[in-house]
Amino acid sequence: MLRFILGFIGLVFAGVLLISLIGGVSDYYRHPPAVLAAEEFHVEHKHLKLASDGPFGKFDRAQLQRGFQVYGEVCAACHSLSFVAFRDLKDLGYNEAEIKKIASDWKTQVPSINPDTGEAATRKALPSDHFPAPFANETAARAANNNALPPDLSLMTKAREGGAAYVYSLLTGYRDANTYKNEEGEAVPADARPAANLHFNPYFANLNLAMPPPLTSEGQVSYADGTKPTVDQMAKDVSAFLVWTAEPNLERRHAVGLSVSIFLLVASILAFLAYQNISAETKLSKAGGAPEPKKQPAKKTRAKGNAGIS
Amino acid sequence: MSFAWAKPYEPKHPAMRWLDSRLPLPRLIYNATGPGYPVPRNLNYWWNFGSLAGLFLMIQILTGITLAMWFYATADGAFASVEHLMRDVNAGWLIRYAHMNGASFFFIVVYIHIFRGLYFGSYKPPRELVWMLGLVIYLLMMATAFMGYVLPWGQMSYWGAQVITGFFSAFPLIGEPIRQWLLGGYAPDQAAISRFFSLHYLLPFVIAAVVILHIWALHIQGSGNPTGVDVKDEKDTVPFHPYYTAKDGWFVAAFLLAYAIVTFFAPNYLGHPDNYIQANALATPAHIVPEWYFWPFYAILKSFTVDFILPAKLWGVLAMFGSILLLFFLPWLDRSPVRSGRYRPLFRTFFLLLVVDVLVLGWAGGAAPTPFRVAIGQIAAAYYFLHFLVILPLVSKLETPLPLPMSITDSVLKPKRGSVVTAG
Repeated sequence: MLRFILGFIGLVFAGVLLISLIGGVSDYYRHPPAVLAAEEFHVEHKHLKLASDGPFGKFDRAQLQRGFQVYGEVCAACHSLSFVAFRDLKDLGYNEAEIKKIASDWKTQVPSINPDTGEAATRKALPSDHFPAPFANETAARAANNNALPPDLSLMTKAREGGAAYVYSLLTGYRDANTYKNEEGEAVPADARPAANLHFNPYFANLNLAMPPPLTSEGQVSYADGTKPTVDQMAKDVSAFLVWTAEPNLERRHAVGLSVSIFLLVASILAFLAYQNISAETKLSKAGGAPEPKKQPAKKTRAKGNAGIS
Repeated sequence: MSFAWAKPYEPKHPAMRWLDSRLPLPRLIYNATGPGYPVPRNLNYWWNFGSLAGLFLMIQILTGITLAMWFYATADGAFASVEHLMRDVNAGWLIRYAHMNGASFFFIVVYIHIFRGLYFGSYKPPRELVWMLGLVIYLLMMATAFMGYVLPWGQMSYWGAQVITGFFSAFPLIGEPIRQWLLGGYAPDQAAISRFFSLHYLLPFVIAAVVILHIWALHIQGSGNPTGVDVKDEKDTVPFHPYYTAKDGWFVAAFLLAYAIVTFFAPNYLGHPDNYIQANALATPAHIVPEWYFWPFYAILKSFTVDFILPAKLWGVLAMFGSILLLFFLPWLDRSPVRSGRYRPLFRTFFLLLVVDVLVLGWAGGAAPTPFRVAIGQIAAAYYFLHFLVILPLVSKLETPLPLPMSITDSVLKPKRGSVVTAG
């Protein structure tokens, strides 16, 4: 009886699924879904190779410093970096005096209070401070950016599919929607072209984003180490920097991971050999029904174990 | 633990005798993992995943307790407290990544363990209660994992909580009040994160308690084995220690290696990037998906797209809960007296289909629903129900199983599958 009830329930579920399937298929043919421009024109991020890639990747500190410079001089005008502190810059190879100077010279000051009156005030940043946000609050940020909110960049390379490669593609991916053609040579339809204050970028899922192209001309920042500041180079450097801000412990993680893996590999090989000994002994004594062999030489038992019974 | 061939515990050292007569802890251990627990000699590597599951429960509890020391269960502070742990706390990143990926590996182990049970008939008499207690553990794990995923208060946390508590609102009349009662409000907020944290801390210990019952029930009847033939005498068994402790030992090390490789070199591979964006009640992610281990169930939920007598959403929710609940009836759905799939050719074919089917469901549940994907998901979901509720009872009636080996020892010494009928 129970099986009949359960079987009936199973048939009911399967039946409703069949109805759903038929409904879906007929719907598909009666009203074929329109292909959205966002699907036709959105492109997969470019390939980007960074020193931090792969299981043994390490940061290229010169590149991180350049990327930090791009962040400070370009991105920081709108984007906060709220989970990173000035003291963290030590990882990038700056010494304490340099960090102190970077903090106190930072364009945005840290919100504070006037020690005499208690009124709201600002003070110079200290190494222990996190990077101060460029806008006092979300409303101020939106007011200054055509009602768009510039996202915090601390975790950006972990918060987007494609990570650093996506950031790099986006920064270098702005195109003119009027002349842009996709792989099939189609022009962007009128309704997918950017509205006022939006900018066309095929690497962005919606195609049009509020951020104007931030890196526009060669030499927008001047690198101290002599690297040529092309738009491509600046985009790469700041992407590499954002890998570090999202995952400052990456190098440590790789190093610990390597030692843990080697330890576990050796441990599992040793444990496997021990198991083979025990297995051979146990099975021999069982198969023959003979009394438990006392302390057989390991080599001999293993050879027997491999040859015969397993 | 009442096997005739089990060695009785006879403490030799006076201290152990003293302890054993007052608190028989040594006896318990001897009878559970020592020569007092004889285990079939022919267990294959699919039998290693039970002890591994126990290990991962412990890893999750230990890393979780440490995480809780740094976690603020507040809607404003949770996300930042996790980032603080990741950046400023010594080895904080390690503890968090170990816990995050530990959950995934716990589910990998448990899924293999469940499918082992499905293939080798571990749910059949006399081990029905072992199976059902295992399902209780699995349900508790799902609840724990869901609530744990909400805690970091990222976008997927928040919207996952919206969607999953939204299941309850599919029920007419009582649904919406239940949902509000569960969340402590109209939407996930401070009340929700506090209670999820509290329960996320509690449930693992409930799981541990049910694990004890699961193992207790197992040890009453003894472990099954790949032939499904009962243990006949001592020759069919080996003592748990040292044989299976050694076998478990090396396999644990090897499996931890796989876990370490993912944890250290691809810690976010199994996660979703959106969860590194702080929860925002005003911005819905483009595609809300749960963690990978819920994808098959999510596919079943999404497969019901037609309001047929009941609303589609209610069908989906009923089917999703039903897909797990039906497993409790498995001992009565599959009435074949042969336990092991090895000797059931027809069953084996359908079992392999089921494995493929669940993988297809996972694929259908994990990505954005295109018309093609939804259609495939619907076929796969229908097969899931038909498999357990219709095909399995029929197969157990119709098929002729292959001849079983005379005994476990026989099957080991003449390992040719299903051909051992001649005595000798």
